[in-house]
Amino acid sequence: MNNYIATYYNADKLAKAWSVIQADFLRETGVTLYITLMATLFAILIGLPLGVLLVTGDQKGIHPLPKPLMTFLNGLINLLRSAPFIILIVVLMPITRAIVGRAVGNTAVIVPLIIAAFPFVARLVEGSLREVNPNIIEMSMSMGASTWQTVTHVMLPESVPSLITSFTTAVTTILGYTAMSGAVGGGGLGNLAITQGQQRYNQAVLLAALIVLVILVQVFQSVGTWLAKKADKRIKE
Amino acid sequence: MIELRNLSKSFTTAGGPVDALKHVSLTIRDGDIYGIIGMSGAGKSTLVRCINMLERPTEGSVIWDGKDLGALSKKEIQQVRHQITMIFQSFNLLMQRTCLENIMLPLKLIHMPRAQAKARALELLETVGLPDKANAYPAQLSGGQQQRVAIARALATDPKVLLCDEATSALDPKTTHAILELIREINRKLGITVIVITHQMSVVQEICNRVAILENGSVVEEGEVSQVFSYPKAAATKALVYPDVAKGMEPDDGENDQTLRVVFQGNDASKKPMIASMAIDCHIAATILSATTRTLNGKAYGNMLLRIPGGPDELARAIKYLSAEPNVVVQVDAEYSPESGRMEAQHE
Ligand SMILES: Nc1ncnc2c1ncn2[C@@H]1O[C@H](COP(=O)(O)OP(=O)(O)O)[C@@H](O)[C@H]1O
Ligand SMILES: [Mg+2]
Repeated sequence: MNNYIATYYNADKLAKAWSVIQADFLRETGVTLYITLMATLFAILIGLPLGVLLVTGDQKGIHPLPKPLMTFLNGLINLLRSAPFIILIVVLMPITRAIVGRAVGNTAVIVPLIIAAFPFVARLVEGSLREVNPNIIEMSMSMGASTWQTVTHVMLPESVPSLITSFTTAVTTILGYTAMSGAVGGGGLGNLAITQGQQRYNQAVLLAALIVLVILVQVFQSVGTWLAKKADKRIKE
Repeated sequence: MIELRNLSKSFTTAGGPVDALKHVSLTIRDGDIYGIIGMSGAGKSTLVRCINMLERPTEGSVIWDGKDLGALSKKEIQQVRHQITMIFQSFNLLMQRTCLENIMLPLKLIHMPRAQAKARALELLETVGLPDKANAYPAQLSGGQQQRVAIARALATDPKVLLCDEATSALDPKTTHAILELIREINRKLGITVIVITHQMSVVQEICNRVAILENGSVVEEGEVSQVFSYPKAAATKALVYPDVAKGMEPDDGENDQTLRVVFQGNDASKKPMIASMAIDCHIAATILSATTRTLNGKAYGNMLLRIPGGPDELARAIKYLSAEPNVVVQVDAEYSPESGRMEAQHE
């Protein structure tokens, strides 16, 4: 133990670490936030309608879709969710290049992140929407609402607190994934931790990056929980 | 007028087909408060859901306003549902929306301008007696208040028919009474036809003018409420009208004791101490085994099950004495004294 501290946290290392932190941390935190928030935004833009489709298009849903289509959608989601992220990054390189013009860098890593995250978001949204009281959906149909109106006027508004919780889970998970951005030349705190800590034996930087990441997750989670609670009108005041 | 013609509905389930409705034919006239009563699982909800095509009948048709609802397109059905609205046992309010927004929901669906919808919703809150709850959320309201909001919402699109599926079953008796009053008022003032689904006799007695008794998916009896409840014919009706007897509380007859049923058919009989005066006048000390009397449209209806001690002689005198009252019908309860079953002449 003493040996470990002497090796990794001696005055020299700490001084080096401090200079790295001073020079890079603010920027890299910004990069992490940029990648995380962009990926989350697009994952929700794709995952939300897909989640709605999974619920309404179900054979027992309010607008059953052809069974082969639903089987395909479910299969695709399961496939993407089971593919390891690092492999997705590599496999998706040509697509990334086609979309953002290049396959490496901070913006390039957003594409595989979206592809990895939207099926996850779709499942979370599906879960949130399935929680909506079926009696309320029946009420909506009984007053002559179309499928679209039932989704927009009833299902989504009723599940707002649950959706906020789902999106909070999504954003914290995606934040964790950003650590792998270095694989395609992206930056961020996770990448800094890996390059400094593992490759340059700068354990103090790794630890500091870890602490900031943990704080970021805590902040996202706290804000999400607070928002979800505030949005929920079922709680009597 | 709503006409159900030979309506059947079967569900395919893992355990085989379930015939929830079997050849139901009913006519509900405009302005009726029509009760459909039956035990749990009798098919009441399925029936009411067939009326607005939430459930497609397997067979038969629903005719409303000259239209065969089963033949309409999805769009047309949605139009019809603005005219035939529904309230539920569990109120089914949007929990994340205020009362005002809940009432505005059906108006948003028909694209009414927001300001106009809001004015209409406020007006409806007034109608249902909750003018100060516009900005309250359903979770802040009692059950009775939530049902009032649901009623306001159901009235928003100026419907012609209101379907109530066990609308008071989750409420205590006092609140039930208040909600039924409101429904009656809506029926009278707005001329809305009401279909009331319930498993409670008291609900039908309180507001319905006509009733159908549903058992195992079939209508076993149908007619004017006073008529059906005064002379229940089907076993299912008897079980509803005489719940105590159905529960096995029939008398343990003495050797010669007889059971009599006294039916009040819209008189003030309940005000007169008939049993006491019979004891004085005829020296017959009858025991009241069960009694259910209710006031319907200002008149007393109901029945009383009496045990008459003694033999056939006492029984005959009791029948004579009680039958002399206006609007009282005496029946020897055939079911519980089989040997005198043929005596069941109904004295008027
Ligand atoms: N969607 C359904 N699928 C299968 N069986 C159903 C369905 N809806 C109702 N049933 C069956 O139909 C019968 C009547 O049900 P319901 O109309 O809900 O009765 P009630 O409202 O009188 O209690 C019951 O046996 C019930 O199990
Ligand atoms: Mg029911």
